[in-house]
Amino acid sequence: MKDFITQLNPAFDHRNRLGIMSILVVNDWVEYNTLKELLNLTDGNLASHLKALESSEYIRVHKQFVGRKPQTTYGVTDKGKEAFKAHLDTLEAILTIAREGEDS
Amino acid sequence: MNDTKQHLEHLAEMRALMERSSRFLSLSGLSGVWAGLCALAGAAAVYSFLGITPFSGRDGYYFQKAIHTTQWGMDYKSAFVLIALLVLATALVGGIFCTTRKARRQGHRIWDATSRRLLWALAIPLATGGCFCLALLYWDLPGLVPPATLVFYGLALINGSKFTLRDVEFLGLSEIALGLSGMFYLGTGLELWAFGFGVLHILYGAWMYWKYEGQ
Repeated sequence: MKDFITQLNPAFDHRNRLGIMSILVVNDWVEYNTLKELLNLTDGNLASHLKALESSEYIRVHKQFVGRKPQTTYGVTDKGKEAFKAHLDTLEAILTIAREGEDS
Repeated sequence: MNDTKQHLEHLAEMRALMERSSRFLSLSGLSGVWAGLCALAGAAAVYSFLGITPFSGRDGYYFQKAIHTTQWGMDYKSAFVLIALLVLATALVGGIFCTTRKARRQGHRIWDATSRRLLWALAIPLATGGCFCLALLYWDLPGLVPPATLVFYGLALINGSKFTLRDVEFLGLSEIALGLSGMFYLGTGLELWAFGFGVLHILYGAWMYWKYEGQ
């Protein structure tokens, strides 16, 4: 069991980061405010998680002006998609082992 | 085992976020019931315009009758378009009302990326079907209009089901099946229309209301 835990990606070591990735993998581009509402986070909190994911190159940022308002949207990168999938595979393995441990 | 429990919680939360961010889940079952009632009223209006009763047109193409009917100072084309628009408008107003209410109760917004995507997915097949039916009327083929509306509406629902409650897909398939049968049994076209838009909407709407909103 210890082996699997060490394999879990530290970049996803927080439920809000997992939440951000979950939203981005099923949508093309998501606005900052939509993320904030869906995750129910404060600006500072959300921004720090986004920054962390961005510096791991798991998400990309797109800034544009809609009328006079700046709008920031986020999308997942291929690297992020792969890392997220690997993370889910590891979680699945951990849970499978845990269940087998319970059964026996 | 605490870790396991935490992982399971995270997974459930992630699943909910994926659903909520990509699908419009505030669609109210009551709006389906209301749309069904509007459709039944519309079908009743068409029957009374044509001066016939349901299931009386089995001997084939009774919409031939429509071409020669003038009632309430209107020919059949203006009457059909007017009734269709009235049904659509009342169904939409009631549907938007119920859905807004449900969204507010869930604390979700009614106008966001998911509802825009849903409307766009519905709009293209519906607008195509609308133009197609206008062309049928233009060429004096009113008998094909009711089944054609069923087919295009079914396609719109299947297209839209990717962006809202999944159950809508099965309603779409049922509407297409009814529409296609109506294409061959023109004598029952209007009955099938009333069943598809009226009865099915009420049944589905009530079932979805019970499933997602009833306590």
